[in-house]
Amino acid sequence: MIVEFGHFALVLAVLVAVYQMIVPAVGAWRGDGRLMQSGDAAALTQVMLLAIAFAALTQAYVVSDFSVANVVANSHSTKPLIYRISGVWGNHEGSMLLWVLILAIFGAAVAVFGSNLPATLRANVLSVQASIAVAFGLFILFTSNPFERLSPAPFDGRGLNPILQDPALAFHPPFLYAGYVGFSMAFSFAIAALMEGRIDAAWARWVRPWTLAAWMCLTLGIAMGSWWAYYELGWGGWWFWDPVENASFMPWLAGTALLHSALVMEKREALKVWTILLAILTFSLSLLGTFLVRSGVLTSVHAFAVDPARGVVILGIMVLFVGGSLLLFGLRAADLKQGGLFAPISREGSLVLNNILLTVSCATVLVGTLYPLALESVTGEKISVGAPFFNLTFVPLMIPLLVALPFGPFLAWKRGDLYGAAQRLTFAAVAALVVAIATVAVYQRGPWLAPPAMGLGVFVMAGAILELAYRGKVGQVSWDEAWRRLTNLPRSVYGTTIAHFGVGLMVLGITATSAYRHETVVALKPGETVAVSGYVLEYKGARSSKGPNYVEETGELAVTRDGAPVTVLYPSKRLYDAPPQPTTEAGIHNSWRGDLYVALGDAQDAGGFAMRIYFNPLVRFIWIGALIMFIGGGISLSDRRLRVGAPVRARRREQGAAA
Amino acid sequence: MTGWQKRRGPVAGVATALALMVLASPSAFALDPREQLKDTKLEERARGLSAELRCLVCQNQSIDDSDAPLAKDLRRLVRERLVLGESDAEVKTHIVARYGDFVLLKPPFNMHTLLLWMTPLLVLLATLAGLWWAYARRRTGSAGPAGGAALSGDEQRRLEDLLRDR
Repeated sequence: MIVEFGHFALVLAVLVAVYQMIVPAVGAWRGDGRLMQSGDAAALTQVMLLAIAFAALTQAYVVSDFSVANVVANSHSTKPLIYRISGVWGNHEGSMLLWVLILAIFGAAVAVFGSNLPATLRANVLSVQASIAVAFGLFILFTSNPFERLSPAPFDGRGLNPILQDPALAFHPPFLYAGYVGFSMAFSFAIAALMEGRIDAAWARWVRPWTLAAWMCLTLGIAMGSWWAYYELGWGGWWFWDPVENASFMPWLAGTALLHSALVMEKREALKVWTILLAILTFSLSLLGTFLVRSGVLTSVHAFAVDPARGVVILGIMVLFVGGSLLLFGLRAADLKQGGLFAPISREGSLVLNNILLTVSCATVLVGTLYPLALESVTGEKISVGAPFFNLTFVPLMIPLLVALPFGPFLAWKRGDLYGAAQRLTFAAVAALVVAIATVAVYQRGPWLAPPAMGLGVFVMAGAILELAYRGKVGQVSWDEAWRRLTNLPRSVYGTTIAHFGVGLMVLGITATSAYRHETVVALKPGETVAVSGYVLEYKGARSSKGPNYVEETGELAVTRDGAPVTVLYPSKRLYDAPPQPTTEAGIHNSWRGDLYVALGDAQDAGGFAMRIYFNPLVRFIWIGALIMFIGGGISLSDRRLRVGAPVRARRREQGAAA
Repeated sequence: MTGWQKRRGPVAGVATALALMVLASPSAFALDPREQLKDTKLEERARGLSAELRCLVCQNQSIDDSDAPLAKDLRRLVRERLVLGESDAEVKTHIVARYGDFVLLKPPFNMHTLLLWMTPLLVLLATLAGLWWAYARRRTGSAGPAGGAALSGDEQRRLEDLLRDR
């Protein structure tokens, strides 16, 4: 009964979305305030209905209602509660429902917090937002309905893929989707601006926080996925340039560019046309990501063939939205008036450079991901584009970006002083040089690019700190005065500094672990030892045990360093009951120096186990860096200036006068 | 075939969960200690080569990471050729002759992959050209001397009205 109730709520939500798609836009076109206003109520109704639908599906999972086909396919009664809940979005149908729910939440946020938006802009934004909801709502109802019943109901479900039964992964999809879908706000605002044929700084001031929020969620979502891959997959890697990873990485790159270009638009009214285009492209890449993952076209050509309807429908939705929005852009972009001019060496110039490099790297990832598919369909020839290709093309694009990054905040708007900026960064450059030389001295091996890259990470981090010191005039004025200046800096300045610091930290982690990882593959019998990066590991033996829904073999390794005990590691292999599938649980000892990482392999004929042992230096910096970027975004988001928009009020007055 | 499900990104893991249930069989990981060469220099080269060769029956996974039987055979083949004294390039040529370009995770540079390899450069040039074009248009175009946008006819009239009211 509750399931039917949820199903009904979903149908109603789609109908409400149809209303919301048409009526506010008509109101904006005819200048009818009441029609425009009704969009707010529709947005709120839609989000409530979808919340009911989602709650109904969740309830079916929690009580293990095996008369629902979706629950049978993806859940099992012995599964712990948290994974019964995360199972709701751990499958195609449920995750699409989450997708539209998040979409509706963003739409409702416009209705609730958008009172300072011009009425027509708000109405048009709600309409565009609803049009996406209609497309995906119909997609769910007709090809991927999670509420379908099964008769007769089986006694138990088929279970959730055990490698997905993990805390980090339980919350990975919601964050990822919040990021993907969050970019729909930038898209809706861009389309609304094109419909109205005008755009100003207030527009950017409105779009930026939403883009920032989406970017934060996507950053954290990707980081969670990467962290999970690191400890769960058992070979110590954290990024594989897998098509599905690329699918989430492309919107992130474009979204990062959008954040920076929206800044130029807000402060200087420049780059308007480009920012609009970028907003469209970012969400298009989010749709592409959804298509690639959901259609299965990349994971397997066969998955696409098994249910072609889904892939074709999402492809259709994508073509409609991407094509339609680009067409509208082509027709109306020329009407948008350009704003402030700037010299090439200026804050704007540095942000343009940021945008160029991020766009080119995004295009590289896009083409690399889709090229094998395209080539095969055109010539029938099969090629592979894997990690070696991306490392070779992507890394050279990131280097100039990272070199330029610390200069940006030191350059003034309109016309900057590159020499002055370089002078202020002297300390950072010295620190970078010291670290690069120290890296050479410590490791004396690895690729030649690694020491400069370590230096680059430090350069970015030190540059971020120096920017704060510069703004607070630390060293030039008394400490009290400097402290007063620092505490009076807007939060967005701290947000920028912190996020950039996180980028530098991440560069350090990525470089160190890629270039200086130590790996040993050995077969150990009880009592044997192996030395890895200063640690001595003694294999004590293995034992079998039984968990709630798996059986497990656990190895025991005593770790010592210079004779002193450090820790005991318990790497294990699990075999889950439902579905029967093996997983590895790595034994990890983490320290600031890096992670000691042990994965248990197969039992050897001669006794003992095969083991892969890694030492991954500074690997934690990767995820700590991502977390710091997330926090930086959050601090920037809490800046009052992002919420209170004086130009917005001015525009409303003007419109009131015109009416 | 069990190696590849580990390698999927998490979301793909969700998408392919059903397929995996059929394919999964209890096994662990790729490189077996017994496969390793005694000569550490050669073994290092073998690992490097393995990371650039695709496990043909897996999804976007190198033979270094895969525990599929085919990957195991390929790893053995790589090591055999290295022991024979072949260079890295010769080993690759040998394996490509058998399995085609598909086996290379870094595709070769030829007419069919020209566009792929040139993408970064082409997009970079396109963005720079677009930038130059926009800049040139701005300098010669409609922008007023102060850089402010010109007023539309309507706006001009309203401005005049306002000034007259004063």
